[in-house]
Amino acid sequence: MNQFLLSLLSGIFIGGAAGFLGSLMLPKRMSLAAGPLGHLALPGIALALIYGLDISLGAFPFVILGIVLIYFFERKTKLPTEALTAVVFATGVAVAFFFLPIEQAEAALVGDISRIQFNDAIFSITLCILIIFIIKAIYSNMILINISEDLAKSQKIHVERYNLVYLLLIALIVALGVKVVGGLLTAAIVAIPAATSRNLAKNLAQYKFLSLSFGILSSAAGIIISHLTLLPAGPLIIVSSTFLFLISTIFKR
Amino acid sequence: MNIILEVKNLTVRLNGEDVLVDLSFNVYDGEVLAILGPNGAGKTTLLKALLGIVPYEGVVKWREEVRIGYVPQRLPFIKDVPLSVKEFFQLKNASENEGEKILKSIGLGKEILKKKIGDLSSGQFQRILIGWALALDPDVLLFDEPLAGIDVGGQESIYNFLERLKETRNLTILFVTHELSVVYRLADRVLCLNKRMLCSGAPKEMLTPEALSNLYANLVKFYQHKH
Repeated sequence: MNQFLLSLLSGIFIGGAAGFLGSLMLPKRMSLAAGPLGHLALPGIALALIYGLDISLGAFPFVILGIVLIYFFERKTKLPTEALTAVVFATGVAVAFFFLPIEQAEAALVGDISRIQFNDAIFSITLCILIIFIIKAIYSNMILINISEDLAKSQKIHVERYNLVYLLLIALIVALGVKVVGGLLTAAIVAIPAATSRNLAKNLAQYKFLSLSFGILSSAAGIIISHLTLLPAGPLIIVSSTFLFLISTIFKR
Repeated sequence: MNIILEVKNLTVRLNGEDVLVDLSFNVYDGEVLAILGPNGAGKTTLLKALLGIVPYEGVVKWREEVRIGYVPQRLPFIKDVPLSVKEFFQLKNASENEGEKILKSIGLGKEILKKKIGDLSSGQFQRILIGWALALDPDVLLFDEPLAGIDVGGQESIYNFLERLKETRNLTILFVTHELSVVYRLADRVLCLNKRMLCSGAPKEMLTPEALSNLYANLVKFYQHKH
């Protein structure tokens, strides 16, 4: 299969799933969460690059480790989450730079989807389809939980269980996202499509659909422009996404 | 009359502080029970304990398979999501048919289904919240401060609505309030609450000047104690 098509397809699926999940993170005020998680995945990405593994595979355990550490420190110290997040993610970046192969730094920092292998692509796309189905399944109840945990609990919804699934989805999306936009830009692929969609949507159905669509659209645009200009795809995806956001602000209702 | 809820020695402690101490009472089928008390008396916490969403000691025993509708006091985060009224009802798995039926019963036309929740007036929003709790035919309605944040004109229509609700449905209603007037107009029975239960009975018999000063004197003492 053509390498360009392979990277385009993978990018579209990862971008779409990230945009869709982002639409749940925005009302929870967690749009930025994917940023630090992407940063602290950097040591994992570096290891994967050294040993020639898929970088998502390297990133995932580190993202999980980061979430667990933040959770643990929060319970132990009662410090605000953002302070602890700063501690954990800065450490991730610092540690990564001790052994990140410098000639591959660009792939680690801003991603490189253009050389994705066939097997990686199939794996990523399958995982994205699964993620999208899970998001779809938990969506209504997650929205109710966002509105009011008490109201959700009064409906016998297991709030903790839903939040756990939701956190796992974030970890998976970050691990997949670093492949496309690297450790530095993961916040953007979940945050910007949802923000753009929020500007335009009149109701929840539109909001969901537009978040997914803008995720797909910006990934596709970034990868196509990268193919034509030879500039890196990750930053181009983010810039395309920002461009859509700017247009949406004009039409904001 | 059949007992629909039995509460025995209910105590709630949150962050090491006693919020409710040793409450015992029964609620009967079809009754409208007001829970009256000053701010900070633990009224909202009592509703949450009855719903099982805060940890408690003691016994809260609902009749088996009872369906409960809950109307919370405020939903500050609801405007963070673009959500139409119809979609809000769908979050409870209420069909469009059910939604329209409910709207009719709360005196709103079905054109409101398309409106964004964020664009509703406070009175409309309060009705929608009640409607939401009423969807799927609950046996019991737990209602936190029915009139909070509603202007005087809106209050009258909520009153009328609740009075009609009481007449038309076989519904047990427990509501929490700090306003005496609501208790007189709507309640069959009142519980006075200030961390502990201070009185229980028909509003006219219970809410004597003496009982009220007792209820609020506790509050004064409580403040004096604190400062």
